[in-house]
Amino acid sequence: MDLIWEGLRQALELLLRLDPEVLQITLLSLKVSGIATLLSVVLGLGLALGVALNEFPGKRLVIALMNTGMGLPPVVVGLFVTVLLWRNGPLGFLGILYTPLAIILAQSVIATPIIAGLGLAALQHLPPGLRLQILSLGATRSQMIWLLLREARLPLLAAVMAGFGGVISEVGASIMVGGNLKGSTRVLTTATVMETSRGNFEIAFALSFILLVLAFTVNAVLTHLQQRSRPR
Amino acid sequence: MTRQTLLQARHLRVRRGGAQVLEVPALDLRAGEVLALMGPNGAGKTTLMLTLAGLLPPTAGELSFRGTQLHSHADRQAFRRRITMVFQDPLLFDATVAQNIASGLKLRGVPAAERQARVADWARRLGLGDLLNRSARQLSGGEAQRTALARAFVLNPDILFLDEPFSSLDAATREGLIGDLGDLLAQTGTTAVLSTHDQGEAARLAHRLAVMQQGRIVQMGGLREVMNHPEDPFVAAFVGMETLLKGQVVRCHEGLLSLRPRKGPGDREVVAVGEAQPGQTILVGVRPEHVFLSLHTDNTSSARNAFPGTVTKVIPQGPFFKVELDCGFFLVAYVTAQSLSELGLAPGRRVVAAFKATAVHVIRKGGPDAEL
Repeated sequence: MDLIWEGLRQALELLLRLDPEVLQITLLSLKVSGIATLLSVVLGLGLALGVALNEFPGKRLVIALMNTGMGLPPVVVGLFVTVLLWRNGPLGFLGILYTPLAIILAQSVIATPIIAGLGLAALQHLPPGLRLQILSLGATRSQMIWLLLREARLPLLAAVMAGFGGVISEVGASIMVGGNLKGSTRVLTTATVMETSRGNFEIAFALSFILLVLAFTVNAVLTHLQQRSRPR
Repeated sequence: MTRQTLLQARHLRVRRGGAQVLEVPALDLRAGEVLALMGPNGAGKTTLMLTLAGLLPPTAGELSFRGTQLHSHADRQAFRRRITMVFQDPLLFDATVAQNIASGLKLRGVPAAERQARVADWARRLGLGDLLNRSARQLSGGEAQRTALARAFVLNPDILFLDEPFSSLDAATREGLIGDLGDLLAQTGTTAVLSTHDQGEAARLAHRLAVMQQGRIVQMGGLREVMNHPEDPFVAAFVGMETLLKGQVVRCHEGLLSLRPRKGPGDREVVAVGEAQPGQTILVGVRPEHVFLSLHTDNTSSARNAFPGTVTKVIPQGPFFKVELDCGFFLVAYVTAQSLSELGLAPGRRVVAAFKATAVHVIRKGGPDAEL
């Protein structure tokens, strides 16, 4: 127990005196996972809309693949992205392995199926006649899509939260494609792993505590958005 | 007076999964009329309505609005802003009643100030004035459907499509809403297409009736015409002509024919208005509300047909009771609760069933031995 209290105390101390290294790691985590989530929202919701609004052969297979993708192990993603970005790999010419960009790429691969899968479920849960009702009220196609997204905003924001939660907390892919390089690709989770392996439990606890606060803050903002426009 | 044709459909066909689900050679919707589409589930009412509303592109056929053909996606989009539709489910948005009523106006780009005035007006006309700030999720079924109707009427549509709008409501709520809808349609002169499987609803709201079966319109015409002169047994049964009699014409004189029902004792003859050749087989129908029951033969009655019979079944049916009789042939009558108790109607009771010759409608004529 003492270890935990000591960790909390250190975390507070690190936070209060705005330790530059911790601050940098925290901001990088937020930036990398935030951008990855945004990318995944665009890709995932686009995919969800495309599948929800169209009938095509093999639709069920696509949905099954999306749902499988929701459980992609980060280390597997890390492995594939590493091979992809490796100097001699197909995307090696980009030269982004062991940069924050590589982490963003890997995290997007993790979060996109989560947001697509949960987003599709949210859209498919809407009443089947709603689309025709909206069109018969005079909506253009883009107005209809906007209204459908707004009608499903609660589960859709839950999908965004799940996506963000998935990437801010993952460590396998980040460490493999980022390399945990101090000052450039070290994020909260990779730093925690490193400090724990070195036996610096207090610092590891402090970093974990910051990670939890960060996750809570982002989700609190999203929850506020989610519940805001609900009439009572 | 011929009214302007608003919507014209020609050679409409819809195929789904390899099967033809709709085939309507011609349908004209005239300005100001209410056309009811009637038929059992799966008859194609909703498919026809969605096609007419530009929401379902037909596999083949043409649709013209005010004389202009709807060809492209853009044509249909523009057309959809001239019409609107109310479905069986209210399909309200997760927002307030006021926001819901305003939603179509907003989509069509009506300015906020005008929107507000029109929403207030239509909320009042549908009795929703006190519920404007209520969440749509908290409405009763009736209130929700009123909101859906307000959201449609506020658009001042050229054509209002109503797809079984009352099917999910309880009887009392439905009664009130049908009455109000009838008033609003009359006040605004809105052209409407209504689908229903309830003949009472159609009778109260529609001017014209189209009866559908298996994707086709089997009979279309004025409300009274279809109700009283169904052209085939399916339509007859569907519009509530519950007594159907098949028999041979024994006599025809001065516009009155006598028919001997195929079933039943040979001495019974049903007199109907119509022309037919003696010996010809015909099918006639009698609406249950045109049959009067009494305990004794009433000689002062003008009814040409009076048959003694036995009550076989009494079925409560809303405000009426449906009485099934065995008069040698099967006959159905509707009576009020008062008549039911006065006549002591119950299975086994002997009564006299009377109906006028004008109440018997010749549905179909065949040859001497034709199967009908």
